[in-house]
Amino acid sequence: MGTIIKCLHLIAAAIFAFSTAPDIARRTMAITRASGATTRTSEAWPGVPEDGTVSGTVRVTGPQTVATRIDMAADPACLKMHPAPVMSDEVVTGPNGALKNAIVYISEGIGNHSFDPPTIPAVFEQKACTYNPRILGMRARQTLRLINSDPTTHNIHPVPQNNREWNLSQPPGSSPIEESFAREEIIPVKCNVHPWMKGYIAVFKHPYFAITNKDGMFELKNVPRGEYTIEAWHEKYGVLTQKVTLETNQAKTLEFVFKR
Amino acid sequence: MKHSRMRAHLAGILALLLAGGGPATFAQETHIGGLTGEASRGKQLYRRYCVGCHGPLGDGRGENAVWIDPKPRNFVTGTFKCRSTPTGALPTDEDLYMSVTRGFVNSNMPSWLPLTEQQRVDLVAYVKTFSSSFREEKPAAPVPVPSESAANQQSIQRGSELFQKMNCWACHGKEGRGDGPSAQTLVDNRGYPIPPYDFSGGTRFKCGESNQDLYRILMTGLDGTPMPSYASGLTPAQAWDLVHYLRTLQINAKHKRPTADSEQKHRSESKPVGEELEGRANRF
Ligand SMILES: [Cu+2]
Repeated sequence: MGTIIKCLHLIAAAIFAFSTAPDIARRTMAITRASGATTRTSEAWPGVPEDGTVSGTVRVTGPQTVATRIDMAADPACLKMHPAPVMSDEVVTGPNGALKNAIVYISEGIGNHSFDPPTIPAVFEQKACTYNPRILGMRARQTLRLINSDPTTHNIHPVPQNNREWNLSQPPGSSPIEESFAREEIIPVKCNVHPWMKGYIAVFKHPYFAITNKDGMFELKNVPRGEYTIEAWHEKYGVLTQKVTLETNQAKTLEFVFKR
Repeated sequence: MKHSRMRAHLAGILALLLAGGGPATFAQETHIGGLTGEASRGKQLYRRYCVGCHGPLGDGRGENAVWIDPKPRNFVTGTFKCRSTPTGALPTDEDLYMSVTRGFVNSNMPSWLPLTEQQRVDLVAYVKTFSSSFREEKPAAPVPVPSESAANQQSIQRGSELFQKMNCWACHGKEGRGDGPSAQTLVDNRGYPIPPYDFSGGTRFKCGESNQDLYRILMTGLDGTPMPSYASGLTPAQAWDLVHYLRTLQINAKHKRPTADSEQKHRSESKPVGEELEGRANRF
């Protein structure tokens, strides 16, 4: 019986090993077929060029809000790392209400196309008693690497709806913790020791997502032709939705405006 | 944990190979010792004893739920406080059986010792049907609990240093009175305020009362609450040191080791359900 199980394990391992190989082959073939042009075709949509772009800005209008000051007095180790007052970075705006840290992503139009997660890990760092980055985008089943760069103990506590909930303490100087999420979802993350520490890990099953920079700009690249619903999400302002139809090799610009 | 997930994955593939297709599902049988749980029998018991708080859908929204603090467990998410398994993993049958048997101190969940063992096993079998997680995942292997080190002064001293280093004081307070600087900010996974354990009161813990239970709580965490797992932060020796120090904070504990009358004590510490509930609700 033991030998049979061992055998089956080997078969399973072999299936694992081979399952990635055809993907590589398919991609190589696709590139060859489109030789002469810079077009590459989609892994998930075989034969369809993935050269479209959806880009634009996310803004917020209405009365300016005042950033609240974070009090780190609860942990002297945190306080020590911040000689100057720390302001909340929940809302970060630039000229014309440009909104940083919004997530823009395709919410509909991908269908059942599936994508292998990247082999490199997504990194979520605890630094100076804040999260770096505050908003992390990653893929379902991609490795999430958690790092504590501080001289104090944090706990990483994601509170998901569609994934398993866990809560891990990470003392200073400990090695990185590796985790992953199986399903798509924007997951709030907190540190219970330091109540001001708030962040989000946005998990997608596809690569079409972006987080706005300080100018509120985003870009979704290599999008195949099709009809899509695009959403812009912000932790304080909620979700805005737009539809977009993309022809082959087309670049479209969208603007999302949140109202305060 | 990663390893166990990988194993679950392999098991799934094996199931596919053997069954020749179809989604991977795990047999949802429930076993405690020599007893096998029967969900259909458990359903009858659930409708009689549990539905008032946990609700017909097992989502913790029974008709009594609005009056209850802490709120009844939502079984649909498959997240449970008292486990022998790592944080993020499903509990074992034994873990659920112990929760039903023991009840939860300082809550409306009583000990269900008045039910027979078979009835409690049947209840566990039915409760597992509320969450698809039990069909999709296998429970991970329990966190090992190595034999306890000597509870001497040196161990207590090392434990006291760990209490500082691991920021236990941030919630539980410098003297373990549950009054740390972050204590007032704590909420559970549904946003309800949840107080940290006050060691000075000396009541038993949510998930047992022996030193082994306390060791397990440190290493598994109480999922769904702010209490994290220290499995990646403490060595087993350190965890025992912390256990020995935490015991010294229980200044009002009547006895520091479980005794023969433990089960009786469980009953007296658990709050009753039913008529008494209204009296409690009036407090708010
Ligand atoms: Cu922290």
